[in-house]
Amino acid sequence: METRFELSAVRIPSSARPITFDASRCVGCNRCMNICQVDIFIPNPEKGKPPIVLYPGECYYCGSCVMVCPKPGAIHLDHPLMNQAKFVPVKRPESDETCGDMVSGVPASD
Amino acid sequence: MKNIYDWPYENEFGLRETVESDLLVLGGGLAGCFAAIAAARRGQRVVLVEKGATERSGSAGSGFDHWESACTNPCSGVTPKEIAEAYVEEQDGYSNGIAHYIECREGYDRLLDLEDFGGKIRDTEGEFKGAEFRDDKTGLMFAYDYKNRFTLRVWGSTFKPALYRELRRLGVKVCDRVEATALLTRETDGKKRGVGAVGMNVRTGKLMIFKAKATVLAMSRPARVWLFNPDLVGLCEFRPMQSVGSGHAMGWRAGIEFTMMEKSVRGEFSASGRSFPPYGTGNNHNTWYAATMVDARGVEIPYVDRDGRELKTVSERYYPAPGQKFFLKGGVIDEAKYEYRGPETLPFDELIRRGYKLPFYADLSRMPDAERRVIWGVMVGEEGKTKIPILQNYTERGFDPTKHMLQSYGTGWQSAAFLGQERQLFGAPGGIMNDWNLKTNIDGIYAAGDQLYASDCCGYACATGYYAGRKAAEWAGTVELTEPNPSDIDAEEKRLYAPMAAEDGMDWRELNMAISKCMQNYCGEVKCEELLREGLDLLESYEREAVPKLSCRNPHELMRTHEVLDILEVSKLILNACLLRQSSSKPLCFERSDYPEMDPEQDRKFITIRQEHGAVVRGEIPQGYFGDLETEYLKRNGDYVAARNEKYGDR
Repeated sequence: METRFELSAVRIPSSARPITFDASRCVGCNRCMNICQVDIFIPNPEKGKPPIVLYPGECYYCGSCVMVCPKPGAIHLDHPLMNQAKFVPVKRPESDETCGDMVSGVPASD
Repeated sequence: MKNIYDWPYENEFGLRETVESDLLVLGGGLAGCFAAIAAARRGQRVVLVEKGATERSGSAGSGFDHWESACTNPCSGVTPKEIAEAYVEEQDGYSNGIAHYIECREGYDRLLDLEDFGGKIRDTEGEFKGAEFRDDKTGLMFAYDYKNRFTLRVWGSTFKPALYRELRRLGVKVCDRVEATALLTRETDGKKRGVGAVGMNVRTGKLMIFKAKATVLAMSRPARVWLFNPDLVGLCEFRPMQSVGSGHAMGWRAGIEFTMMEKSVRGEFSASGRSFPPYGTGNNHNTWYAATMVDARGVEIPYVDRDGRELKTVSERYYPAPGQKFFLKGGVIDEAKYEYRGPETLPFDELIRRGYKLPFYADLSRMPDAERRVIWGVMVGEEGKTKIPILQNYTERGFDPTKHMLQSYGTGWQSAAFLGQERQLFGAPGGIMNDWNLKTNIDGIYAAGDQLYASDCCGYACATGYYAGRKAAEWAGTVELTEPNPSDIDAEEKRLYAPMAAEDGMDWRELNMAISKCMQNYCGEVKCEELLREGLDLLESYEREAVPKLSCRNPHELMRTHEVLDILEVSKLILNACLLRQSSSKPLCFERSDYPEMDPEQDRKFITIRQEHGAVVRGEIPQGYFGDLETEYLKRNGDYVAARNEKYGDR
């Protein structure tokens, strides 16, 4: 084909912010960028700096980028706020008739 | 924050590269990797095309936690024939008996392959020594049915990197960051034959032309057909964001035959931002089976066996009922028939009737130590998308399974409640029709994994991938490379690059949103002829009026645009398939207001659909067309069976 197109990388914003970098730990090796299945990153124009998250809305939160990172803590993945499932301290019912021994911490049903 | 950057990769629009091979594999997930390995082991030149990065691509890229139907493992109490036939029977005959038998028969061999490649399939460190679910002789660990021991707990996060290393060791040419977009076929003596495929490099825009003697389609099942959220595209569906069913669209355009495409189910979990992270809520299903569940007051929710007998211990949740040989659980099994039904918590409605209070929680603190550690630490951790976003992140947030209980949402184990029109292709959906060679209706084109009809889990993907690769390699050894039609390549090039020429046009998200809304409106829970035809009419108007307006600025946006064109194609396939079945069907989750009769005798068959010269062609294939599974398998695979024992022995 004859046509040579002009290309640009335009960041598409999203309500979510799936990826954050700790710039003091990231060495800019781009391994996260190269493992990402949906290619949400592009390399930072400044060598050695964390990649740019160009398409945050396309992240599917698989965690492969964090798994491949050689510098612990350099990259962080977080589900959006609405996806933070709730957990609470374990609760034992007031009456023990349905649940057996609740006090000692011995599993009630085993 | 800066918003515009220079495109960081080379601009290769206008360039073409041609790659030749004996076997071409489209899709680098589990099925594709194993197809490539099967052919490479036979000394063939193999090319594998993957849109992402093969090291972690596909539905199981980041991991998976349990391997179903490993009927030939040394601890198994069941035979491949028993389980494969049970699956067919459980799905009322709408099951891929061939593929399931292959899974039951050869799946465990693939697991041994994975171990040889460096994957972890047994408790080599003795972390769970003495646990009821562990065989202390082999270190294998089991899930669900502890008596019959045919589902294995595995360390699936180690698998894709191991497969990728093996592909490279075998000299397979892996083309990462290349999307496959079209199959190339030639007609000789009135018979169509696959001769390769076209694709595009999604970072540079280069056109890729693949010439091959045989092709294996190993891409994903369709997604984002009914469910779409333009802001959080990656959270629309359970499977990976880039897995949208492009292989189905390519097949449909090329004339490949599909079946069961009229089947869709109400959204179950992990979709459209309505739900929570997969496996990240309290539940007692699948990865979390058989977690102890409690209600808001901390009162334990009883497990019952198929006869309604209340189970007193955690251990009993993992054994068949008195008089029952085995039970089925896992991917496609939702509410199993009596014969195969395993222990489950009381039904939701019954719990509410008895006064149990919402919300419910999973409380692992009440389980024996080994059961708790295997759910939170192995299953949650090794299952895809759980190691970082669940296990690591929840731990960082302070979650301790000995001290906290995790909330459930929706009813029972589901993580959200969906509407009838919010549908997905899930629970053994439709796909490509196959014969005993896993060949499609087009010579030289084979299918595996999620592209086959009635597919489910990872064992299915690996086993059918290897089998399809083996059969495709046999065929490739008998034919010569054939030149594709240059005009077919030119036409595909024109189709692919058109959105680059349009300036300031429509974004791909706008079209995806419109398609999903159309499918919810015209192909929802209850269907009828007039609605389905209106839906087709609307989609055709999008093709005429919206598609020419699509525009994008770089190869990445162009890839996303191609994906939506494929979603549009698949949506038409689904609407047409729905029109072809003129009755309702319970196992197919298919309801027609104009044909309300459920599963009439004359329609208990596979209705097939393909396209020829732009027209829809209907076909019928009787259920059970595959014959006696064991006999038919042995007829065609004597060589494999003989070599198998030599290679794997009794491991």
